[in-house]
Amino acid sequence: MDVIQDIIVYYSQNAGYVWEQFYRHFLMSAYGVLFAAIVAIPLGILIARHHKLSTWVISLANIIQTIPALAMLAVLMLVMGLGTNTVVFSLFLYSLLPIIKNTYTGIRNVDHALLESGKAMGMTKFQVLRMVELPLAMSVIMAGLRTALVITIGIATIGTFIGAGGLGDIILRGTNATDGTAIILAGAIPTALMAVIADIVMGYLEKKLSPNKKRKCTQHQQQAT
Amino acid sequence: MLKFDNVSKVYKGGKKAVQNLTLEFEKGEFICFIGPSGCGKTTTMKMINRLIEPTGGSISINGVNIMDKDPVQLRREIGYVIQQIGLFPHMTIQENISLVLKLLKWPEEKRRERAKELLTLVDMTPDYLEKYPHELSGGQQQRIGVLRALAADQPLILMDEPFGALDPITRDSLQEEFKKLQKKLDKTIVFVTHDMDEAIKLADRIVIMRDGQLVQCDTPDEILRNPADEFVEEFIGKDRLVQARPNIQTVEQIMNPNPSTITGDGTLSEAIQLMKQNRVDSLLVVDENKVLQGFIDVEIIDQKRKKATRVSDVVESELFTVEKGTLVRDTIRKILKRGMKYVPVIDEEKRLIGIVTRASLVDIVYDSIWGEDEISNIG
Repeated sequence: MDVIQDIIVYYSQNAGYVWEQFYRHFLMSAYGVLFAAIVAIPLGILIARHHKLSTWVISLANIIQTIPALAMLAVLMLVMGLGTNTVVFSLFLYSLLPIIKNTYTGIRNVDHALLESGKAMGMTKFQVLRMVELPLAMSVIMAGLRTALVITIGIATIGTFIGAGGLGDIILRGTNATDGTAIILAGAIPTALMAVIADIVMGYLEKKLSPNKKRKCTQHQQQAT
Repeated sequence: MLKFDNVSKVYKGGKKAVQNLTLEFEKGEFICFIGPSGCGKTTTMKMINRLIEPTGGSISINGVNIMDKDPVQLRREIGYVIQQIGLFPHMTIQENISLVLKLLKWPEEKRRERAKELLTLVDMTPDYLEKYPHELSGGQQQRIGVLRALAADQPLILMDEPFGALDPITRDSLQEEFKKLQKKLDKTIVFVTHDMDEAIKLADRIVIMRDGQLVQCDTPDEILRNPADEFVEEFIGKDRLVQARPNIQTVEQIMNPNPSTITGDGTLSEAIQLMKQNRVDSLLVVDENKVLQGFIDVEIIDQKRKKATRVSDVVESELFTVEKGTLVRDTIRKILKRGMKYVPVIDEEKRLIGIVTRASLVDIVYDSIWGEDEISNIG
């Protein structure tokens, strides 16, 4: 019970600071995913078109994914120096794989008959992409963004080692302090919460963007009646 | 309207999908491409809207070579229906129907109007407009698929086994509905199928293909009557050939070979006597080589007997005839339609060889009702 009390005391005394770090933490993750999305979605579409490229690109993204986060940060630090930018860049790299993979899968899974009828109706390639492929692949792409965001929120915690701030700062302080359990938790709980909320919100968006959402609705209605 | 001129398609690796196809179709024709799988029928169809580019020869629509047109523009002017239906699941029925119109940049208001109008063509109520494709049955979905191809009032529509995935009852009713629709809207349809029944039922002309080559292109009747070779015969199937036989009887088989005739230089009183003798009210007038000149009947004689004495003076030469070899079915239709009492049958040199009268029709009807019974009684 002491710990909980300590946490409450910590929050009441440092509310502004915690909120600031929380916000900073979120921004780093979001920017990482956002930049990754800007690169990875077009890349995913490209490799869906050019099948042969896909193995190469996805293997490369896989390799990036296997590098331990701490090692990645350390190496990037050597090149880019300390600070937020380095962290955002590493988060960008970690987000690539889930987004590329999901975009690729989403686009590849669009029914061939739909593509053909779109083309035969006189859609340009871009129109097929915009009016058929993207809407139908959107929920899968969103699932990729969701995974990426949850991963980056976790990884952003260690950004504190290269002076990027975020909730990791609080956790690190707790580990350095004697009897710092409460402080560690005070940093860890908001991190976990952020990840959970991000997951729920993105999950909701994913469902919302699903082309078959109407089917689910009507099925529910039918079951209800 | 649609013309294939020596069209070929050779795929990479040398596989010849279509070879030297030359065909021409009129506006409003319903054309079925049929053949075993891999015969190039779908390839041929897809070359029309350049989903597949021909490698040789030229295809032209209304005199314009399709290769000179922008493929996207070309496709917007040609309707397209596929077996998998291909309605977009994320769009409502209205959006699906009016998608081509959207591509053609029609205003929203007019698109809605058009979608509603089209739904009435297939007897569906406007409340379907807001539904999604998965809420419809397979038959309804394909109706929408067809409407989508009609949306921009395209004169030419390509259909790739559109009813193939439906259950037989739905397919049957959709075929009938569609045939009516086609007649009403006067569209040119290119229809790919492997179902001979479907082709016979729907087509004005059937194009039979094998190994990328044209085997026969003709009306369903003609193909049933004169299959080009054994392949076609086999493809049509023995059953259908037998079934088709009653319909392909020729007039020779039912005509009366000894009609009452008189030559041109006979007198009117001779004619009257002949009529009385044979208990008929008209006579066919022939010359010495039995070439048909015309006819005379009681009324003509009655009106003109004071002015003329010879048959050749009063002969009525306006006479409807049929050549031997004409289908009974066609002949009957003409007799009934024009209210004629009889039709003389002539050969190539216009010589009279027989006559089909209403009595012959009675014989046919009698045969078809009682004939089989008699046979089974004997058996």
